[in-house]
Amino acid sequence: MPYKDRKVPAPSVNAENKPYFDAASAGKLRVKYCADCKQYHHYPRSICPHCFSAKTEWRDAKGTGTVYTCSVLRRGVPEPYCIAYVTLDEGVSMLTNIVDCDLDAVKIGMKVKVTFKPTDGGPAVPMFTPA
Amino acid sequence: MTIKGKACIVGAYEHPTRKAEDKSVAQLHAEVARGALQDAGLRREDIDGYFCAGDAPGLGPMSMVDYLGLKVRHVDSTDTGGSSYLIHVAHAAQAIALGKCNVALITLAGRPRSEGSSGTQPRSWGANLPDAPFEAPYGIVTANSYAMVAARHMHEFGTTSEQLAWVKVAASHHAQHNPHAMLKEVVTVKEVLDSPVIADPLHRMDCCVVSDGGGALVLARPEIAKSLKRPVVRLLGAGEQPKGQAGGKLSLTTSGAAASGPRAFEEAGVRPADIQYASIYDSFTITVVVQLEDLGFCRKGEGGKFVADGNLISGSGKLPFNTDGGGLCNNHPANRGGMTKVIEAVRQLRGEAHPKVQVKNCGLALAQGTGGQLGTRHTSATLIFERV
Repeated sequence: MPYKDRKVPAPSVNAENKPYFDAASAGKLRVKYCADCKQYHHYPRSICPHCFSAKTEWRDAKGTGTVYTCSVLRRGVPEPYCIAYVTLDEGVSMLTNIVDCDLDAVKIGMKVKVTFKPTDGGPAVPMFTPA
Repeated sequence: MTIKGKACIVGAYEHPTRKAEDKSVAQLHAEVARGALQDAGLRREDIDGYFCAGDAPGLGPMSMVDYLGLKVRHVDSTDTGGSSYLIHVAHAAQAIALGKCNVALITLAGRPRSEGSSGTQPRSWGANLPDAPFEAPYGIVTANSYAMVAARHMHEFGTTSEQLAWVKVAASHHAQHNPHAMLKEVVTVKEVLDSPVIADPLHRMDCCVVSDGGGALVLARPEIAKSLKRPVVRLLGAGEQPKGQAGGKLSLTTSGAAASGPRAFEEAGVRPADIQYASIYDSFTITVVVQLEDLGFCRKGEGGKFVADGNLISGSGKLPFNTDGGGLCNNHPANRGGMTKVIEAVRQLRGEAHPKVQVKNCGLALAQGTGGQLGTRHTSATLIFERV
């Protein structure tokens, strides 16, 4: 199943998540880090979901990771697409799409790297492609 | 303080419709409320507590209380998706135990089939959701959310599509005896595997039906229950547990049932091996496998083996489940399957299930719900009932 671009719904940007999507539009994947508990988290919050500290900060992610799970939705949509959780090298898993490859070849455990796709009237969002 | 033995289910009613083009959602709520009251032998005026979730039109319980003409002194509109109604049963028992109400009504109704909703479409959960900006762009829908759980379960434990198919096969064996079931035909493992793939690795027959309809329950304190001319079904234990992505520390192969189940068993003072009938939420076949493991009916990772070879079929299998045909074959009204899980457990305990699927001398039953999405965030709820 070859990959085809689809119309990606725009994320709703708010004051809390704007730095993440501004970075994505500039081609950077950012991840939140807590200076108190020294752990990353995703999706990003202003208050750490692990320890409830307010000392969270944006870090540039390496942009590489491993497919934790994936599924190609084949019915009821104009174009099949591959949804996945990717575990970043920083240790947190994020929901995403695997793109620009044979969708049938995407497997759990596959090494992937970040790429960015435009959305329908909003900022770009990070997606992943085989490394 | 415990809710053990503090409340009984005295009325249960499942709407016979599966497609309600000519009815309003509020009307369906009223029809199931009447049905459950009639089943209980109670009047509307006896109700002093009302419970509903997000399928009920209006802000919390207000519109429905007014529409139904209820005179209640206690309300609760906890919404955890499809498991809401199991949580309502537990919360109603708490309210009854505390003297906040004596007779509680719980209603569910919806028309997703008439309104064209399905498991491959995005659902709107409202603005300002913190998680949606990180999920909606990627096309998360009900089907691919659960499919990712199935894919990971297969990867970690070697679970197979054939094993998942057995869940549907067992449900279809039960549905053939239910005149109201949407899908009454018995299917084989091969037919499940030959049905089109919706979201890898889930086939169409791994997915529940989309149906209109609803259901209602009436709970009452034990003194009231004993005064009615119906078999007494008593609540013994309950548990509830939300679970999500844990800030990115993901574990998709375990559900909140791993916590809600043990709590319910402890409160009830029974063990999984004591359960004679189980209603297990079956939005998808994988949902059943994960919950059976988490509830302790088998070990983690062995759910596939447990459900295989007809082990869930009433009369021949070790654990008869979803004898109405479940969400996979019978009914999944309002895209929320928890209500019908409780109703079939009540039928079994009363001895009122279809004779072909009735568990002999069914004295102890479990109902299990999973609301939301196993692939993102969900809430599990467990109830254990006995026939008095």
